[in-house]
Amino acid sequence: MNDDTTSECTISDDSMPDCAETIRELDIFLDDEISDEHRHAIRAHLDGCMDCLGAFDFHAELKEVIAVKCQNDEMPPGLLSRIERCFGTDFDGDGRIG
Amino acid sequence: MADQADFAAEAMQYAPQLFSGAMRMTRNRGDAEDLVQETYLKGYRSFHSFTEGTNLRAWLFRIMTNTYINSYRAKQRRPDETELGDFEDLYLYKHLSTLQNAGLGRSAEESLMEMLPDTEVKQALEDLPDNFRLPVILADVEGFSYKEIAEMLDIPIGTVMSRLHRGRKAMQKALHDYALQRGLVSEKS
Repeated sequence: MNDDTTSECTISDDSMPDCAETIRELDIFLDDEISDEHRHAIRAHLDGCMDCLGAFDFHAELKEVIAVKCQNDEMPPGLLSRIERCFGTDFDGDGRIG
Repeated sequence: MADQADFAAEAMQYAPQLFSGAMRMTRNRGDAEDLVQETYLKGYRSFHSFTEGTNLRAWLFRIMTNTYINSYRAKQRRPDETELGDFEDLYLYKHLSTLQNAGLGRSAEESLMEMLPDTEVKQALEDLPDNFRLPVILADVEGFSYKEIAEMLDIPIGTVMSRLHRGRKAMQKALHDYALQRGLVSEKS
């Protein structure tokens, strides 16, 4: 995750993305929108860089937390049956259902 | 062409997800209930235009998103808040140590799931301006792809990506600030 040259990150291969490039790809990597080629490159970087791995793990966990905690609303009782009652009803009286 | 008689059997299974999505969009139970009901009615009426074998859940969310944008957003009469502060990348991650030093952060064993209360996560999402909230709901809560979100919101994929990025950062800033406030309150008491 360090952008500076004093980084403890041990990546030295020129073909591999550096920390700044890796962090820039964090969104598309975790959103599974990254190309296979890029995914392998990022994976290779993460294998050798604990800083970036920590950031990626944190954001993967956060994404999971948001998905779980924002989806646990209890449905109002009766909503489903109210909706289903609507199907098959000619509301506007135009002779057509719906 | 999809048969209207099959609609309920195929579509009703998505009601819980649609309801949660509607809650995050409208931010209130009554409107969320109406929005889901309206979405199903519109879906029922136009089911003949649904291409079988394509993603029905995405089709329903598209109807719901459009309905929200066209009627509920206007009705809620919130100021058109398109402005959003620009926060540094990895905001929460970088500031976790501040929280930890203040005795607010998680211990090594505590997961983020335990550290962040449901109410604060929902609030942080609901506080985002519409432009940013809808992409975050559709991506992070509902798991749609950039392409699907771009189609639902009728914006380019690049715009989806930049709004997601900024929306997520703002959400992280809010989660950080809530934790800090919570800590200050418990310190006083």
